[in-house]
Amino acid sequence: MSGARRTRAPFGRRRAIVAEARDLGAYRLVTALDTGGPQDPRPGQFYMLAAAERWGAGEGERPYLPRALSFARARRSGEGVLLDFLLEVVGPGTERLAQLAPGEGLWLTGPLGVGFDCEPSGTPLLVGGGIGAAPILALQDELGEAIAALLGFRSAAHAEAASLFAEAEVCTEDGSAGRRALVTELVRERLDRDGDRTVYACGPPAMLEAVRALCAERDVRAQLALEAGMACGYGACFGCVVPARSGYVRLCVDGPVLDASELTDAGVPEAGR
Amino acid sequence: MSERRGIELCGVPLRGRVLNGSGTFDAIAAHRVFGDELYERFPFDAFVSKTITLAPRQGNPPPRLWETPAGLINSIGLPNRGLQGFLASDLPRLAELPVPLVVSVMGFSLDELERLVRAVSERDEVAMLELNFSCPNVETGLIMGADAGETARAVERLRPLTEKPLIVKLTPNATDPAAVGAAAEGAGADALSLINTLKGMAFDPRSGRPWLGAVTGGVSGPAVRAVALQQVHAVAARVAIPVIGMGGIQSGRDAADFVAAGATAVAVGTESFRDPEAGARVGRELAALLEERGAESGAGGAARLGA
Ligand SMILES: Cc1cc2nc3c(=O)[nH]c(=O)nc-3n(C[C@H](O)[C@H](O)[C@H](O)COP(=O)(O)OP(=O)(O)OC[C@H]3O[C@@H](n4cnc5c(N)ncnc54)[C@H](O)[C@@H]3O)c2cc1C
Ligand SMILES: Cc1cc2nc3c(=O)[nH]c(=O)nc-3n(C[C@H](O)[C@H](O)[C@H](O)COP(=O)(O)O)c2cc1C
Ligand code: FES
Repeated sequence: MSGARRTRAPFGRRRAIVAEARDLGAYRLVTALDTGGPQDPRPGQFYMLAAAERWGAGEGERPYLPRALSFARARRSGEGVLLDFLLEVVGPGTERLAQLAPGEGLWLTGPLGVGFDCEPSGTPLLVGGGIGAAPILALQDELGEAIAALLGFRSAAHAEAASLFAEAEVCTEDGSAGRRALVTELVRERLDRDGDRTVYACGPPAMLEAVRALCAERDVRAQLALEAGMACGYGACFGCVVPARSGYVRLCVDGPVLDASELTDAGVPEAGR
Repeated sequence: MSERRGIELCGVPLRGRVLNGSGTFDAIAAHRVFGDELYERFPFDAFVSKTITLAPRQGNPPPRLWETPAGLINSIGLPNRGLQGFLASDLPRLAELPVPLVVSVMGFSLDELERLVRAVSERDEVAMLELNFSCPNVETGLIMGADAGETARAVERLRPLTEKPLIVKLTPNATDPAAVGAAAEGAGADALSLINTLKGMAFDPRSGRPWLGAVTGGVSGPAVRAVALQQVHAVAARVAIPVIGMGGIQSGRDAADFVAAGATAVAVGTESFRDPEAGARVGRELAALLEERGAESGAGGAARLGA
């Protein structure tokens, strides 16, 4: 079973209950009790989330569509599963999700997408940038605590997310926690020391592209969890495409984890053309 | 909870009144995601394929989505395998669905349309065809569905090519959709569906440049519902053939409004993105409402509700 990259979702959306919600430095950690879905989502898979009440009428009269979030940790609990979501507030959808209080309802669809291939060749190297640490935590839970994660954050407040990890090496852009460096510098050092690895990474586009290029130069296998704007999360809208070697692929059904060899550029930004 | 009662649409028996909007549900991808449960609880009473074209298309460059207040702008750009790819790989899988299949086609010239209609209507798996006329005819430069003359010419050419029901999907981006609908009916269309998306645009809040990769897109969702209701009402008043109403339907209440406006059947589009089972929910709620209003008696119900 550990070889599977996808656990199938029940058809439809279901109501989960917020079990716990707390700040974690600059982020928010929301735990949902899901009694209608599988207990074994695979690291890198995601869920579509929407608050059951008051979804809408935020900034710009949004949100309207559900939001894609990776689960950061899954723990069996009785008949159900406790799903941890690590949230960075960037707009009205994440803002509303960050306001959820214990007992509130949450619409969930998932688990969705294809997660990481958890059978690495060589030693796995886990890399997270900012909120991209979320699926990397689930992956560390799966692969075993002995596998350290390299985590890069903007500042010490963001770096508090590292406290969730059993084993992590932290760097920040401003040096307020851990080493003052970009996480890609740490990746380069590790690969130069030992190239027999599979790299697993999630983070902002520029970081993913840097990781992709570093691995390509060294012939190191890399699996990258990408992000794209999504409306449905299950292949219905064709809105979430990213350019791959084979043409546009829908990130929600063909990803969000893609093998780096499928990409020529992992850094394609949402907009700003 | 009441039983959903069947209807007949252009002679094709359906178990209920709810279809999907073309291009808003990929039954093949959804089967990969949700497995056989999708077929066991299939949310629609007929399935409309996404629009296919003669040649394969990869679709528009991303970003393709922008969320509006209670709505969505998309610039997907009709990615599809093309006619041959569709017939070879998609059609056999769509034939496994537990409901009748409607295939949506778009051509950029009458020749293209002829080839599409001929090839698709040869296939027994296909119950009906939908003509998506929201594109320019490269020969005349006119948006086919925006002009009554263009629409009539196209339907007249295509009508003799197939015995299967032809649904003409109207674009709301027309001066007088009712005139276009009447022209389609006059030329032999069996049903009309509307609305397709309204033209729309969004700007990147950071750069001030157009957000969508294709610059403009189409607006859907609750934001367009009031416009859709008026257009369905106007079209249904002008024609005798059935109308399939859509645009922002989220609930049975919304669907009942479309029936009141004169629609025989309805389609759920963008709401499926929020809730993959929305079609089934809308169908149940609509059936209950129509029963409550004592109007669940086939086509006559629509007229009584509208009165
Ligand atoms: C597979 C996947 C997993 C993810 N996992 C996580 C996670 O674990 N934790 C987490 O915090 N986030 C995660 N995200 C990102 C998260 O989905 C987005 O941050 C969220 O959807 C933003 O919604 P919002 O309303 O808060 O912000 P929005 O206002 O939607 O803004 C977010 C970004 O979208 C663009 N944007 C702005 N306005 C609009 C608009 N009207 N329509 C469309 N785009 C707009 C801008 O680029 C903006 O920076 C994940 C995304 C994906 C695809
Ligand atoms: C992402 C997306 C893709 C669509 N693709 C098609 C298409 O391929 N062909 C078509 O006729 N209509 C297409 N439509 C229009 C819908 O079928 C429908 O007419 C419209 O969205 C209004 O209904 P709604 O508000 O319920 O979504 C698309 C709509 C969306 C949102
Ligand atoms: S989000 Fe709709 S197809 Fe991927």
